[in-house]
Amino acid sequence: MQGEPQVINRPLGRLLTRASGKLVHPDAQVINLGDRFFYTLTRGLAFCVIFLVILLVLDLFRGSWEAIRQFGLKFLVGTTWDPVARQFGTLPTIVGTIVKAFIALLLAVPISIGSAIFISFYTPKWLRPVISYPIELLAGIPSIIFGLWGLFVMVPVIRVLQVWLKANFGWFPLFNGPAVYGVGVLAGSAILAIMITPIIAAISRDILLTVPRTQIEGMLALGATKWEAIWKVALPYARTGLLGAVILGLGRAIGETMAVTMVGGNSFDLIHSLFDPVHSMASQIASEFAEATYSLYVSSLIYVGLVLFGITIIISLLAQLLLWRLSKGRIAILE
Amino acid sequence: MSKEGYAVEGRQRDIDFHLPGNQPEMTPDETRLRVEELRAYYGKSLAVNNVTLSIKTKKVTAIIGPSGCGKSTFIRCLNRMHEVTPGARVEGKVLLDGGDLYGSGIDPVEVRRRVGMVFQKPNPFPTMSIYDNVAAGFKLNGSRDRRIIEDKVEKSLKMAALWEEVRSDLHKPGTSLSGGQQQRLCIARALAVDPEVLLMDEPCSALDPIATAKIEELIHELKDSVTIVIVTHNMQQAARVSDYTAFFYLGELVEFGATGDIFTTPEKRQTEDYITGRFG
Ligand SMILES: Nc1ncnc2c1ncn2[C@@H]1O[C@H](COP(=O)(O)OP(=O)(O)OP(=O)(O)O)[C@@H](O)[C@H]1O
Ligand SMILES: [Mg+2]
Repeated sequence: MQGEPQVINRPLGRLLTRASGKLVHPDAQVINLGDRFFYTLTRGLAFCVIFLVILLVLDLFRGSWEAIRQFGLKFLVGTTWDPVARQFGTLPTIVGTIVKAFIALLLAVPISIGSAIFISFYTPKWLRPVISYPIELLAGIPSIIFGLWGLFVMVPVIRVLQVWLKANFGWFPLFNGPAVYGVGVLAGSAILAIMITPIIAAISRDILLTVPRTQIEGMLALGATKWEAIWKVALPYARTGLLGAVILGLGRAIGETMAVTMVGGNSFDLIHSLFDPVHSMASQIASEFAEATYSLYVSSLIYVGLVLFGITIIISLLAQLLLWRLSKGRIAILE
Repeated sequence: MSKEGYAVEGRQRDIDFHLPGNQPEMTPDETRLRVEELRAYYGKSLAVNNVTLSIKTKKVTAIIGPSGCGKSTFIRCLNRMHEVTPGARVEGKVLLDGGDLYGSGIDPVEVRRRVGMVFQKPNPFPTMSIYDNVAAGFKLNGSRDRRIIEDKVEKSLKMAALWEEVRSDLHKPGTSLSGGQQQRLCIARALAVDPEVLLMDEPCSALDPIATAKIEELIHELKDSVTIVIVTHNMQQAARVSDYTAFFYLGELVEFGATGDIFTTPEKRQTEDYITGRFG
């Protein structure tokens, strides 16, 4: 950075440079100073962020230390969460969290990528904001609103659906559960799907809009239909970005607290069907914290937080790995 | 010979540079594409105005003219690519072997299989290997049989004079090639669909002189099997590779004829001025 000659953009600067035959503008000192200032500033801010993350992890460990000493890794596979008996194991909520998040993805990804494709490739330019704006609006709605809506509007519908599924397909193990509650895995997944769809859709749309026209036209010129060009060229071209959008949605689904607390059904038992109520880890921490009356209880909840943190890190590492595999061998893209 | 030389001495028709097909009167060439009263619009603005010309079978037709005169727009009308641009519209007729490409009930997808296109910047698909790039179009409607596809890929790469350079790297991404190789890959990709006409929009403008020479040589070989329309900014290139030349100016076809005539005895003042480099 510092060793390079200053590149001057202003026409006057060019003129001066050419006239004096030197690469350095007379003002370079001044420009350099500003440059340095921002370099130092941004570097400082970057280190701040890293420092905060380290602090956070240390604090999570410190807070959960009592529970870690008491239960060790058995905490992760234990299935009883019993504050009265001072017995804590959190496998059911780990499973509940992950299952809900993945079902949410399963529901949200086709809808959001589909709508992103529609907006980017089938909507005339002037109409795009008309369709995009509500999606962005939806992405910004606080989760408690989703929770309320879910509880009063969606859950009754889900209840009817569940009763019907159980009556007709009850032999299928996933549909053989307590259907009449309404709240449970299915409701939790559905609300999460609704919440992450706008996020994934908005990001995917931005990504798809960056696919160069020449790529799509290149495929059309070979006698591909528009759909073939989108499917075989545009989506593969954008795949890393799209994957990123999906991972972001997954992250939100795993960490979401308020809405799933309201419609997920807050049980600590291991789930056996789509209708079983179960806590998510985040909702577990949020709803139990005020009642945690002794230190091992508090420590166990922080331990849950640590595990949740670990899961999000594992997911993002897996995503990195996947991205790396996808982009492997790809050298410069000539565009 | 200098550019000016063409215009001054050329009038005597004793030209000493290579002109492949400069006697259309003696052997009347067959018409492959007949363009009639073609108008192309972007929204309300007219980019190509009332162009009528015939493109001859297995000949190279060069489109020349100053920047912005509608060359790209014109050739994009020949494979119904123009209408892909939002708001763009075409009037008039383009007859391929007598059938109107803009007739009712004609599927543009079908048209593009018969009239292929190579773009200004090489645009291989970055997520596909060299092999898959070439096979991409062929697989759309061709056979699924691996043997047939392999044969087709090899044949197309050979036609595009790229086979020897990539035969051992077929699995590598198309974007791992040099610019000139990428452009030949795009030509191979277009050839794999067996087009009757190949449109090339300044295929060499992003390439260095050596890669350009290779492409020109390739064009020379290809015209035994396919009709070529090439847009170029490079007058020497037009003279070297083409049999016919069309000069466009401000969206109109100013002059069209055998390349030898256009470059030596242009009928219109504008053509002469452009060719001799007095404007453009
Ligand atoms: N997408 C577009 N929307 C609106 N007008 C356009 C568009 N593309 C081209 N034009 C206009 O149409 C006219 C012809 O453009 P075209 O690209 O065909 O020129 P060209 O001869 O290929 O130029 P060049 O040699 O620079 O490539 C120009 O006036 C240009 O401004
Ligand atoms: Mg052009």
